[in-house]
Amino acid sequence: MTAIGLTDDRLAQATQLQLTWWRFRRHRLAVISLVIVALFYLGAVFADFLAVADPHATDARRSFIPPQGISLFDDGAFRPHVSGLKGVRDPKTFKLVYTPDPSRKLPVVLFAHGYPYLLFGLIPTDRHLLGIEGGQGVDGIFLLGTDQLGRDLFSRLVVATRISLSIGLAGVAFSLMLGILLGGVSGLYGGAVDTLIQRVIEVVRSIPTIPLWMGLAAALPNTWSVTQVYFAITLIISLVSWTELARVTRGRFLALREEDFVIAAELSGAGQMRIILRHMLPSFASHIIAATSLALPVMIVSETSLSFLGLGLRPPAISWGILLQDAQNVQVLAGAPWLLSAAVPVILVILAFNFLGDGIRDAADPYG
Amino acid sequence: MLIYLARRLALAMVTCAAISVLTFVIIRLPPGDFVDAYIANLAVGGSSVSAEQAAAMRREYGLDRPVVVQYGLWMGKVISGDFGVSMMWKRPVTEVIGDRLWLTMAVSFAALLLTWVIALPIGIYSAARQYSVGDYIATTLGFIGLAIPNFLLALILMYLGFRYLGLSVGGLFTPEYAQAPWSWGKFGDLMVHIPLPAAVLALAGTAQLIRIMRANLLDELRKPYVVTARAKGISEVRAVLKYPVRAALNPFASSSAYLFPYLVSGSIVVSLVLGLPTVGPLLLQALVAQDMFLAGTIVLLLGVLTVIGTLISDLLLMWIEPRIRLQGRA
Repeated sequence: MTAIGLTDDRLAQATQLQLTWWRFRRHRLAVISLVIVALFYLGAVFADFLAVADPHATDARRSFIPPQGISLFDDGAFRPHVSGLKGVRDPKTFKLVYTPDPSRKLPVVLFAHGYPYLLFGLIPTDRHLLGIEGGQGVDGIFLLGTDQLGRDLFSRLVVATRISLSIGLAGVAFSLMLGILLGGVSGLYGGAVDTLIQRVIEVVRSIPTIPLWMGLAAALPNTWSVTQVYFAITLIISLVSWTELARVTRGRFLALREEDFVIAAELSGAGQMRIILRHMLPSFASHIIAATSLALPVMIVSETSLSFLGLGLRPPAISWGILLQDAQNVQVLAGAPWLLSAAVPVILVILAFNFLGDGIRDAADPYG
Repeated sequence: MLIYLARRLALAMVTCAAISVLTFVIIRLPPGDFVDAYIANLAVGGSSVSAEQAAAMRREYGLDRPVVVQYGLWMGKVISGDFGVSMMWKRPVTEVIGDRLWLTMAVSFAALLLTWVIALPIGIYSAARQYSVGDYIATTLGFIGLAIPNFLLALILMYLGFRYLGLSVGGLFTPEYAQAPWSWGKFGDLMVHIPLPAAVLALAGTAQLIRIMRANLLDELRKPYVVTARAKGISEVRAVLKYPVRAALNPFASSSAYLFPYLVSGSIVVSLVLGLPTVGPLLLQALVAQDMFLAGTIVLLLGVLTVIGTLISDLLLMWIEPRIRLQGRA
């Protein structure tokens, strides 16, 4: 305890939550991960504002434009700009290829007008963080290049964050309900109920998940809307992942049931619901949070894999898996390696959630 | 030990039953039944089926009976080895699947062995030399392994191989062996090609097992009996390997039980990326074409073989883990 470096007074008066927070703060990687995760969710909320081009707008002329950075300085002065594009006829294929033309400088401005959207799904606006002035034809900001259909990859990536991250949350919410209910019942009552639920968990865990998910996902009717498919996929994924949460909940219930303060509450005539909510919940809530943050990346990878196979979400929905689907072909990838950039946020988010979960788990454990 | 074995066997049977029910659900899920799909298929070819013929077919396949009876009929056929006919290929399902199922299992099992072979020594090393350079490297690699989904790793390897080495890293056979009947040459060719997909599959599991092994062994090494052993002058290698490692193996063994299903799962997606001739690509094709008998059979066989594979890996671990072997005897 002394490692936290506080005087005994503050330590003695601190609540459980404060103690956990102090311990968590010492875990530097976990704090950094928390910031990264928060930034990602913030990015998801302001996705349309951050996007530089309409993620759905196709333009055959913009097909496979390589990434182009923003040059910050022009003749020594701070004047952010991008180069305009110039159409060049390929001498072999007679195709018009667009390449950057350094002689045409297009200034980059903040809060520029772009495609219209609803901020927070409510406020109609067309302001975007970045935009260019005086662009004509195919000109634009191509931070990560474009795909085959000429859609801006950066904008698609930002908008995809919304679905990829929220499907994790929705899925975890489902499996949390199942996991806490079944795990709680299992740990609380024990006996035959416990044995039954434990066996069910073992059976579920020994089934290979991806073929099963593929089968279930492929059976979704073609006529379903994007939203319906979204919820169906969430349900399918959480059908398997509740087992880990149930295991954690059961473990905590079993450990706490024997604690003196629970027995004391029982002897004082407190009802079962009151004992669970008032006395037991505070001491295992943090473990549940840790298990949740470790379950989130599993959900995100599951959705990404399913969509990557073409069995998850369907276009026009945009998720990281759908973006990676374009990168499936090595020949295409060799010509346009920037299509792989969707892998970066996937890896970053999974790492961040894993460190965050580890950090919370360590912080929540009073003996750690 | 017999109790343990019986328990494992019973659980395997229950799991197989659960898988068969789920498979049946998958086969039945798409709107319409097999006959509807068959008629639609014929209509594309220009011929048609009368209502009476359709009814006769339904009766023949038992589709007019209650669902439970249908499940029973289907299970009866499956147990006698009749998996139905693939609509897409117009051939018996077993013929279409052919070697692919065994290749899937071969890749998954190779990945399992690789996971153990890599994770065990690295885990022991990481714990015995805690906070050394090697430990940090292993921990970092472990985290990267956890964070990169295996199909992404496969994609990145494919790209790097294609871009910088100019070769295609996919496949399980060189072209001259791909269609050839089995021979020692073909087997050798398979052995040359299997390490790469196996390594791609094994990475995530290895990372996890290294972490588990390291944590358990660290707990064990702090116990007084290790200090006593050292005080008595036993060599460091013996002091670590003789008892602490064996004691730390238990959680390692129990988490391995869930590794095999996980590897089989992963092999489906990785096979698609790397173009392996396993059931992965076939399953995807079948699902996209709504060829439900083929898809259902693949899911069923894959599930059952996974259960058997897990059972075998359990038995292997029982052999190295005396506490499981001696359970119920004391």
